[in-house]
Amino acid sequence: MAIKRFVVGSFLEESVLFPAVKKVRLAGYKIHDVYTPMPIHGLDHAMGLRETSLHTAGFIYGITGTTTALSGISYALLYDWPLNFGGKPHFALPAWIPITFELTVLFSAVGMVLTFCYLCQMAPFVRKHHFNLRSTDDQFTMVIECTPRTNETEAQAFLKSVGAIDIHIQNAETGWWLGTYSKNIPTVDNAKTILV
Amino acid sequence: MSAFKYESQVRPPLVSGDKDYHQITEDIIRPIENRPSRLWWIGFLTAVLLLCFGIFSVTREVIYGTGQWNLNKTVGWGWDITNFVWWVGIGHAGTLISAILLLFRQGWRTGVNRAAEAMTIFAVMCAGQFPIWHMGRVWMAFFVFPYPNTRGSLWPNFNSPLMWDVFAISTYFTVSLLFWYCGLLPDLATVRDRAKLKWRKFFYGMASFGWSGSTKHWQRHEALSLVLAGLSTPLVLSVHTIVSFDFATSVVPGWHTTIFPPYFVAGAVFSGFAMVQSLLIISRKVLHLEDYITLEHIDVMNKIILLTGSIVGVAYLTELFIAWYGQNPFENFAFFQNRANILSPLGWSYYIMMGCNVLSPQIFWFRKFRRNLVLTFFMSVIINIGMWFERFVIIVTSIYREYLPSGWSTYYSPTIWEIGFYLGTFGLFFTCYFLFSKFFPVIAVAEIKHILKKSGEHYKEKMGPEENESVEAFTHEFEHAH
Repeated sequence: MAIKRFVVGSFLEESVLFPAVKKVRLAGYKIHDVYTPMPIHGLDHAMGLRETSLHTAGFIYGITGTTTALSGISYALLYDWPLNFGGKPHFALPAWIPITFELTVLFSAVGMVLTFCYLCQMAPFVRKHHFNLRSTDDQFTMVIECTPRTNETEAQAFLKSVGAIDIHIQNAETGWWLGTYSKNIPTVDNAKTILV
Repeated sequence: MSAFKYESQVRPPLVSGDKDYHQITEDIIRPIENRPSRLWWIGFLTAVLLLCFGIFSVTREVIYGTGQWNLNKTVGWGWDITNFVWWVGIGHAGTLISAILLLFRQGWRTGVNRAAEAMTIFAVMCAGQFPIWHMGRVWMAFFVFPYPNTRGSLWPNFNSPLMWDVFAISTYFTVSLLFWYCGLLPDLATVRDRAKLKWRKFFYGMASFGWSGSTKHWQRHEALSLVLAGLSTPLVLSVHTIVSFDFATSVVPGWHTTIFPPYFVAGAVFSGFAMVQSLLIISRKVLHLEDYITLEHIDVMNKIILLTGSIVGVAYLTELFIAWYGQNPFENFAFFQNRANILSPLGWSYYIMMGCNVLSPQIFWFRKFRRNLVLTFFMSVIINIGMWFERFVIIVTSIYREYLPSGWSTYYSPTIWEIGFYLGTFGLFFTCYFLFSKFFPVIAVAEIKHILKKSGEHYKEKMGPEENESVEAFTHEFEHAH
């Protein structure tokens, strides 16, 4: 992964955050991410993020479950070991509905959760850099990535003008690594050289 | 995008007191960071003792067989399957709160959903014990799974409701667990980021999977919750429907009833909400969460209890009417001799069921009673006793005097080991619940923050224009600028 340089600012209110996101984008800064303690509806649109396709994945996992159930039961009861239950038909579709339904739900739910964890890069013993520990408590933290063209002083001043508090610069690893949260991360000072 | 969907003009605020986001975190995380109280230790140790007694009772059953439970050829399903259905039913309220009320956009669910979902998971764990140990040769339990085996391959019978049950209960448990844990991730991250102690940083860091609160992650998280809710809603209805098929697809008089699926689901929600009330009335007091689990929550849950209790009442009467109307002598005997005849050996259980489930919840027509904590707690216990008796009535009174009088087993009563097993599941349930209330946030912190109308009018005034602006307008504005 890459170590990059960021301008970090925090907000206390959604009512300040929303206009700030717009202004920062309009000014041409590259928002790395906004970290919030709870879901804020509309923020993803304001940041210009595209809709997630997790639903589609869920649907595909679901029909995989349906197919697995129907083909599995058909194989067992029609082909592998056809049993005669009181002369009833071997192909007893109504009686298979419960299991087919359950497997559809099971595949869809498990698949979606695993996909969610994969997309968000989340697993036990995954460690990430967190810009502001209070962004899981009561602060909304906006992180602007410094590109070679970004004037850091201006960016900080701009964040201040849109209402951010506690503005500072952090060098941070953007990806994840294996590790636990009980250890301190060594600070990264040579970020600027890596970036260029 | 006018997003004030949690707002109601007639209801009082869902969170009382003038809270800000930090205060919510403090209030809900405090019990996790403080040392457990003496009361917690007493409760926890009692639960562990009960669990040990349960394990001992089950061990006897494994060694000596189900005869240890006084089960015999006639009463093949006794307390054990009664308890199974009872525990599964209790689980249903959690999913109803977390999934169905999410789809219906009921904001009040946020105060109670975490604890209710936890209750679901623990209740299903308890329920699962009964069919497993009832197998007798429990070391053969893996035979229920369809896998290519050296016996033929001999497959389980996919047309059997007992097989459907295996799939239904295991799917229900898995999906509930995933749903619950996904909701927990952001809150565990909150605990992690506040942690001072090393073990806490380690444990909550591991358990929160590296959650960062990124907007993209929240977007996916919301999508995931919504779809999981959509999946859980038919799932929860299917689970008790399939449990009722265990009975309804048989030819036993008293079980062979087409009304069972809706009747079982309503009963399940009914008993589940009673259990939620019992747990939350105590939790809110002990953990000082009165501002989050308010009288409004208790009130609204009592309304659901009243509704589902009345549905159950209608089902009982319908069943009785159809037994008379159908004029099948065996059906008639099951209903009017084994059950409604108070002088028959187990007739008393039918009247306990009727009294607890149909008559007693009717007091909740009165607002004053719905908002009385002591009465609600008392009623929640009464309802769960009543619902246990409902399953007992359905199971035992249907089979103890079936078609052939020579096969009757009139004097069925459980042994201490059978009761011990039941108490043991209480031990399991409360051990889990006490651990949960100590180590996990019992209220969904992020969701409470999400519904908080920060200082009411003040918040609305400031955020109104932002939330009312359409996405298209903003996108247009942005694109135009570049």
